[in-house]
Amino acid sequence: MNTTPVDPEQTPAVLPGRTDDPSRRDQRWQIRVRNLHKTFGPQHVLRGIDLDIERGRTNIIIGGSGQGKSVLMKHLMGLLKPDEGQIWVDGEDVVLFDKRQMALLRRKFGMVFQYAALFDSMNIVENIAFPLIERYKLSRDEIMERVRDLLRRLDLADSAGIEQKFPPQLSGGQRKRVGLARALIDRPEILLYDEPTTGLDPVATKNVDDMIRRTADEFGVTSVVISHDMASTFRIGDRISMLAGGKIIVSGTPAEVLASREPPLREFIETSGLVPREDHA
Amino acid sequence: MSVSSSVDDPPGKSTAAAEIGRALLDAAVAPLRTILTYFGDHAILLGEAMAGVARKPFRLRLYLDQMQFVGVGSLPIICLVGFFSGAVSAQQAISALRIFNQERFVGATVGLSLAQELAPVFTALMITARAGSGMATELGSMRITEQIDALTTFAVDPIQYLVTPRIVATILMMPIMTMVFNIVGLFGAYLFSIYLEHIDLGQFIEQFTYWTDPKDYIIGATKAAVFGVTLSVAACFQGFNVRGGAKEVGLATTRAVVAGSVSVLVSDYFLIDIFHILWPYQS
Repeated sequence: MNTTPVDPEQTPAVLPGRTDDPSRRDQRWQIRVRNLHKTFGPQHVLRGIDLDIERGRTNIIIGGSGQGKSVLMKHLMGLLKPDEGQIWVDGEDVVLFDKRQMALLRRKFGMVFQYAALFDSMNIVENIAFPLIERYKLSRDEIMERVRDLLRRLDLADSAGIEQKFPPQLSGGQRKRVGLARALIDRPEILLYDEPTTGLDPVATKNVDDMIRRTADEFGVTSVVISHDMASTFRIGDRISMLAGGKIIVSGTPAEVLASREPPLREFIETSGLVPREDHA
Repeated sequence: MSVSSSVDDPPGKSTAAAEIGRALLDAAVAPLRTILTYFGDHAILLGEAMAGVARKPFRLRLYLDQMQFVGVGSLPIICLVGFFSGAVSAQQAISALRIFNQERFVGATVGLSLAQELAPVFTALMITARAGSGMATELGSMRITEQIDALTTFAVDPIQYLVTPRIVATILMMPIMTMVFNIVGLFGAYLFSIYLEHIDLGQFIEQFTYWTDPKDYIIGATKAAVFGVTLSVAACFQGFNVRGGAKEVGLATTRAVVAGSVSVLVSDYFLIDIFHILWPYQS
């Protein structure tokens, strides 16, 4: 764990609390990351990430392309092992977990992929039911009941014959919602979204934002959203962290982040047109 | 070999010599390292896939689906190729045997060459072209669209779920498809010999039954099963390890077909040598 005293002059405006013990199960923070490093060949992608994910809230991680956002997310879910550092989920250091413990941990998580990652060889019902079929011995009726309930709650039940359709027959928005239904079917505590609005038009983007917001409220899950869409970020985020240069440079509420003077963040915000560009000269 | 250096040597001399030596050694062992890595990676995938056979959960449905794809789905092409291979073999055999006035041996010649060589090798090449390329493309597409990552997020072992059924199904279906090739090939040879070349039916059958043994078919079926391992591992390895986009999937498919076909032909040479040692020809 990183316990080095921090120079207040060098500290960004807002960063995860470093003084408390992240290994303690905390009511507020569900995931805590400290000093996370990851290298791929010559590339040092993550260079000491410190990050806290707030329980039951929508946490957004922003950053430019190639900054390591998806790598960070894969670490949160245990798909990648860090070279150095700790990740605590509900007070347990998951970096030390073996394969069996990791399999159990993953039941806490649901992941919504950038392009949904639905299984092409399965129809929509089989896709959504996949986690249940793999994990439990439920009757067909029980599975269908849960699938139909989710389809209803995600406004997919009205689409004609959607249950028997295959992924290529769905629109982009429908595919995202089916991907969300598959992630939600086993009632996860934490939902990870990998750039959910990439490639969508503004109306579809807003619909996906609404869906993320509604899912967080209705299902009471902790949401972690990887994004570089600043409008979406400020529309749905309860807590925003920025990843740049392999580190979290700012983390806080939308108001705190908006007030931060960190140059990469200012550039990100100003380029997105959320606030007027300042003259830095 | 030891490199001696004395205090009188210029300071950079021994270092430069060592650098050159290391570079030469690296260049010399690089091809060997590449070959060992290639076979090692394939062996690891095969080992992990085979370990998945005995580990729960058992997903019988996936095995049956793949057997349907590799076996039943390949039946039309196997029958087509088998029929004409048998007929062409008969044509060539008759042309050669006619020189010595021994056309009556055509049944034995075609039967033997089909059983030990033509049926297993042609079946393997057809399965590589049809099923092997399909496996590489499907797994590659699943990789680039994150479907394999999605399996992992559901705590499903992607090798056990995707690779094991494909390899096992190919191993099981290859000997069966080889026997189908044998039967259809013999039928093609029979039609050509009897109806077009007017070979005596009795002699065709008598020479075939006299010269061919169950041993020939056991050798053919065993070779087919081994080809099933090599072609399916090559296809799954290429597909499973795709990185990039559609172009890389296409390249992986090409590599799968090339590697599968070459592995079949190379292993055929060694297998037939092994079988001839174990089961020498008897006159």
